Amino acid sequence: MTEGLIGQERPLVTISLRVNGEPVEAVIEPRELLLDFLRDRLGLMGAKRSCDTQVCGACTVLLDDLPVSACCTLAYEARGREVLTIEGLAQDGALHPLQQAFIEHTAVQCGFCTSGMILTARSLLQDHPRPTRQEIRHYLKGNLCRCTGYWNILKAVESVAGSGRQRGRVGEEAT
Amino acid sequence: MQPFEYHSPRSLPEALRLLQELGDGARLIAGGTDLLLRMKQGQLAPRALIDLRRAAELHGISFSPEEGLRIGAAVTLRELQRSPLVRDHCPCLCETASWMASEQVRSLATVGGNLCNASPAADLAPPLMVLDAQAVLVGPQGERRLPVEAFFLGPGQTALDRGELLKEVLVPPTPGNALYLKHAPRAFMDIAVVGVAVHLRMERGLARAVRIALGAVGPTPLRAGPSEALLEGSAPTASLLEEAADLAARACSPIDDLRGSAWYRRRMVRVLTRRALDRLCAASLVGEGT
Repeated sequence: MTEGLIGQERPLVTISLRVNGEPVEAVIEPRELLLDFLRDRLGLMGAKRSCDTQVCGACTVLLDDLPVSACCTLAYEARGREVLTIEGLAQDGALHPLQQAFIEHTAVQCGFCTSGMILTARSLLQDHPRPTRQEIRHYLKGNLCRCTGYWNILKAVESVAGSGRQRGRVGEEAT
Repeated sequence: MQPFEYHSPRSLPEALRLLQELGDGARLIAGGTDLLLRMKQGQLAPRALIDLRRAAELHGISFSPEEGLRIGAAVTLRELQRSPLVRDHCPCLCETASWMASEQVRSLATVGGNLCNASPAADLAPPLMVLDAQAVLVGPQGERRLPVEAFFLGPGQTALDRGELLKEVLVPPTPGNALYLKHAPRAFMDIAVVGVAVHLRMERGLARAVRIALGAVGPTPLRAGPSEALLEGSAPTASLLEEAADLAARACSPIDDLRGSAWYRRRMVRVLTRRALDRLCAASLVGEGT
């Protein structure tokens, strides 16, 4: 039998997780996608629905600091874990260095890919505070920019990577 | 997506019990990067999902000099790519993982998922085959081992019996070198048009343990037996390598599809096989100190 449960009682589950540092609890169906959970339930519109097949990167969010495509991840899978969206990146009203760098380098055109680009880059810099240009390109391969503004995006990420502006890593850069 | 129940067993025995109880209406999920996509697109509508990620037995990468590498089925491609153990003992697998999909997919997708989907183009299949890897299957009757190449029966079909799941992959230690070359129009986020893996080691100028596997050019990933036989124990000359590459192109049975024609795929098998052999013979000769 491979039919779903249409017509029968739909299973519900309770999840608790942290989204941008805040505890969240909800009762959901296991089939609810993380992207719908964030956008429709929590009103966090930074993650975009675009290809819906995890090839474009516009819906990228960080799940325990790793980039995932929220369009193909179940919200249930985020239970007990930490989700970071673009809305949670600025702290105390101050933009994250990557956000600031994207502005300074005009790395935003239409803006649709930007949330995903910045979050993916944030994950990279957490891993490799000083990536080479090649490593940045490799890490961002899953994020498409259809304005083709890659050059400025690359420069923005590089400017943070080399500058010691990463939050919490300034001490490590003091050589 | 149709509604489904979700089960998260905490151990392998619990997962096997659920698989038994829930039967054919249930699907196993690990990273979910393929499964959820197919469910979203309406190709699959399982009644229940059994999530294998919380079963500790399916995680972890370890090495022993006797058995080699043990890679749990729920190890993610990201973990595989970054594992120091894998880098030391099978750098080819790190390299292969780094060229699969994107960071977003590699954060979730698993080694077991790549194999159990049994795509003829599964990128991990050819390198694991030439590394002589074994798949460890576990079911109600216990464990059994199969060479990875015997694990694939057809597109989407594996040797897993009802109630069985893939527990881990064992890669024996090898003094040889392996290489996987993937040909796809887009360097990332694309399915291989052709994938070729080669393993060999040079001993006193002779090629030994020659193994060649081809992906995306048949109903399953396959070994190029005639090429291997030609090269085994030979002193690889340019004309011999060319002949081996030719035999590989004849050993496969590609189809025409949107990614490439059968004719093109066959040509690319020849090109990539030759290229991989050239690189490995050169690398191995350097390693031998000649």
